[in-house]
Amino acid sequence: MTKYVIRRLLQMIPVVIGSTFLIFAMVFALPGDPLRGKCGERPCPPAFVAEFRAQHNLDDPLFLRYFKYLGDLLHGDLGTTYQGLNILDELQKRYVVTVKLAVIAMLFEALIGVLAGVLAGIRKGKFIDNLVLVTTLVVISIPTFVIGSVSQTVFGVKLHWFPVTVKSNPGWYDLLLPGLVLGSLSLAYAARLTRTNLAENLRADYVRTAVAKGLSRSRVIGVHTLRNSLIPVVTFLGADFGGLLGGAIITERIFNIRGVGGYIFQSIHSRDGTAVVGAVTMLVIVYLLMNLIVDLLYGVLDPRISHD
Amino acid sequence: MRGTTRTVAVAGVSALALLTAACSSSDNNSSSTTSGGSTSSGSSSGNPSAAAGGEISIAGCTPQNPFIPAMTNETCGGDMLEPVLARLVHYNSETAAPELDLAQSIETKDNQTFTVTLKKGQKFSDGTEVKAANFVKAWNWNRAGKNGTLNSYFFDVIDGAADMDCGLVKDKDGNEAPDCEKKPAKTEELSGLKVVDDYTFTIKTTEKVSNLLVRLGYSAFAPLPDSFFADNGKAYGKAPIGAGPYVMQSYDPATGAVLAKNPSYTGAFAGKVDKITFKIYQDTEAAYKDVMANATDMLAGLPDSALQGEKYKTDLPDRNAEKPTGVIQTITFAPEKVDPSLKNPDLRKAISMSIDRDTIIKTILANTRTAATGWVSPIVDGYKADQCGEYCKFDPAKAKEMFTTAGGYSGTLTLGYNADAPHKAWTEAVCNSVKESLGVECKATPYADFATFRTLITDRKMKGMFRTGWQMDYPSIENFLAPIYGTGAGSNDGDYSSAKFDGLLKEAAAAADPAAANAKYQEAEAQLAVDFPSIPMWYGKTIAGWSENVENVKITPFGTIDLLSVTKKA
Repeated sequence: MTKYVIRRLLQMIPVVIGSTFLIFAMVFALPGDPLRGKCGERPCPPAFVAEFRAQHNLDDPLFLRYFKYLGDLLHGDLGTTYQGLNILDELQKRYVVTVKLAVIAMLFEALIGVLAGVLAGIRKGKFIDNLVLVTTLVVISIPTFVIGSVSQTVFGVKLHWFPVTVKSNPGWYDLLLPGLVLGSLSLAYAARLTRTNLAENLRADYVRTAVAKGLSRSRVIGVHTLRNSLIPVVTFLGADFGGLLGGAIITERIFNIRGVGGYIFQSIHSRDGTAVVGAVTMLVIVYLLMNLIVDLLYGVLDPRISHD
Repeated sequence: MRGTTRTVAVAGVSALALLTAACSSSDNNSSSTTSGGSTSSGSSSGNPSAAAGGEISIAGCTPQNPFIPAMTNETCGGDMLEPVLARLVHYNSETAAPELDLAQSIETKDNQTFTVTLKKGQKFSDGTEVKAANFVKAWNWNRAGKNGTLNSYFFDVIDGAADMDCGLVKDKDGNEAPDCEKKPAKTEELSGLKVVDDYTFTIKTTEKVSNLLVRLGYSAFAPLPDSFFADNGKAYGKAPIGAGPYVMQSYDPATGAVLAKNPSYTGAFAGKVDKITFKIYQDTEAAYKDVMANATDMLAGLPDSALQGEKYKTDLPDRNAEKPTGVIQTITFAPEKVDPSLKNPDLRKAISMSIDRDTIIKTILANTRTAATGWVSPIVDGYKADQCGEYCKFDPAKAKEMFTTAGGYSGTLTLGYNADAPHKAWTEAVCNSVKESLGVECKATPYADFATFRTLITDRKMKGMFRTGWQMDYPSIENFLAPIYGTGAGSNDGDYSSAKFDGLLKEAAAAADPAAANAKYQEAEAQLAVDFPSIPMWYGKTIAGWSENVENVKITPFGTIDLLSVTKKA
């Protein structure tokens, strides 16, 4: 187990270096002018352009710039944005918010999603099953920005139950509505995955054996069937959590949340390559760690999957 | 994204009237400055019965540059910096007339040498006194080539500015760029600025200027405290220190800025509220909803969803306002040497007459513009209506007739625009309008981004027609003419050159009397209607909305909310 974890961690190093280089090369190959919007409707003064390009190494060849960047990265320095802000500081501030938001969304989709899935699975074909299927279908077919804007207008502007937008240092309650909106789509998927797997496993031989042995219904479903059925759900939720930690651009925009997604969006928009690479490198690492955790969880859910 | 360049206000009162008024007015410390017959002052407008004090919030956006006056030329940073600064001259928040602020008087006899006398005892928020050297050192720093500031061009009018540029060096791609290490500038001090004593300095301009006073109100002309020069503005850029009515208490790029009343402010343009919070929004839609829910107090520049069908008028009844701003959108014709096919002014006039401006503004631009009737924004001093006359009015029949008489056009007309800003819809609509009226093919041609687009224009490689916009630097008719249509001027994209026009500009700059100067500038503008170097399309407009918590919200001629007059509702 420990050996497996160490091996996986070591494997991450080349993946991180490789992916940062790819991102670096791609981001700086994007067309567009990093000075856009800086000088309004007129071209920037040549002295300003020269100073700006020199300051951000924009005239160096790609490889040289990448090595300069990698060198700084090893010192824990993610560089500065075109606005002269420290990227690491900016990301830290935003990660606090994004993690909170992701946790709310995750709890919501995992708890409610699995519960709805179990109810639908054990009462297949009954009213509750149809109800879950129809509601999840509705949620899946409505785009997030519609759910977001509508719930913001109804619960925020009209009913005053929740703040309309999220303040600068949000508490858990501030992020509740955006978290629910964010989790709603994945909730639908989680419910459907759980239902299908549970319904299928309930017909398996080992379940019949367990029932024949005289085990209680709750034990048969809760311990024998559900645990097995959760493996694909955990895979999905793990990947989803990784995605949530990468920020949620649409939800963040609607509720004006200062999260990682909006940061990346803004940085791409202003062609701020260094900021994009820094943020995405962080995301790659988060994603790799999430994957490792999911793989370790498999072993817990199904002892047949061993990491030794 | 909302408008971009920081702009300066319009002169409601002409420069010279003000100069004389300033000389005769001995007490400028009173709350109302007498300036050329204008009775209003920035601080005295508003409802006197409303209680002063309280905290308000305003929607903002992320500043693009450090808070250095010469580096801030876009609205996001400018809005936050503006109340922190004081300059020689303050623009009246309603008329944009310049009113003396830090200056006791600004005098000249020949429109070329100006003597500035400062009021005594005016202090920066760090406690140091504002002296003549603070201006001279600041302006030198702002113009010095090695500092590469965005607003350096404002100082080009001062004698010796050209010696401040670093030499050009060719890079390996053959592009010329200024390089201050290899070819440093001749000097780092403007020869046209001289400190006489602690409270007096002189400005010598490169040529005669009749509206220098109007120009001096722009943020870039603000004095800088001695501490600025210790580290070349590094610390200042994060926490600016001005002599204005507010101090910046805190700033965080993710959340916004907090401005608090400057306790030591003694000037005439104090604000009403104690604290102003700028909340940064990624999307004006979210800001608008916050205003509707009274969570944020003010928003200038409403989102499209609120403008469609004027929804904001029902969402925010009696809590909205609109005002034209110093922005003009034009369509420029490529220089004759690049593309001679449209050099006939009658063809150009026919194209202008074939465009249905009003319908495009209504259907595509959600009434956020005002159709242009000339080349100068209506908010500036010296504006004269209808300078373009019938050529800016939609008349397809007459346009067609004129077009045919002038020889018509074979081939496809092109109208270039940069695709990284929302210009697609209106350029296509303009082309459709031209196509329908004149029966000639017209195509709106996108270019990837503003830089690519501008490079093609400045390298004189763009043919046909292309979109051009102008946001005023300072509120004067001159600013809409000289920099754009003067022979060889920096923004003269169509290489327009008219001896008559240039002559009139020169006469206007030397005019002793502001009314005479304006008359000359108006005559020059009339010449544009003859030669038609560009098609005036429309003027910009700002629409603002506010919450139930505030009163006395006004839009300045610069399209921003006047933070000095706003009061908290009791």
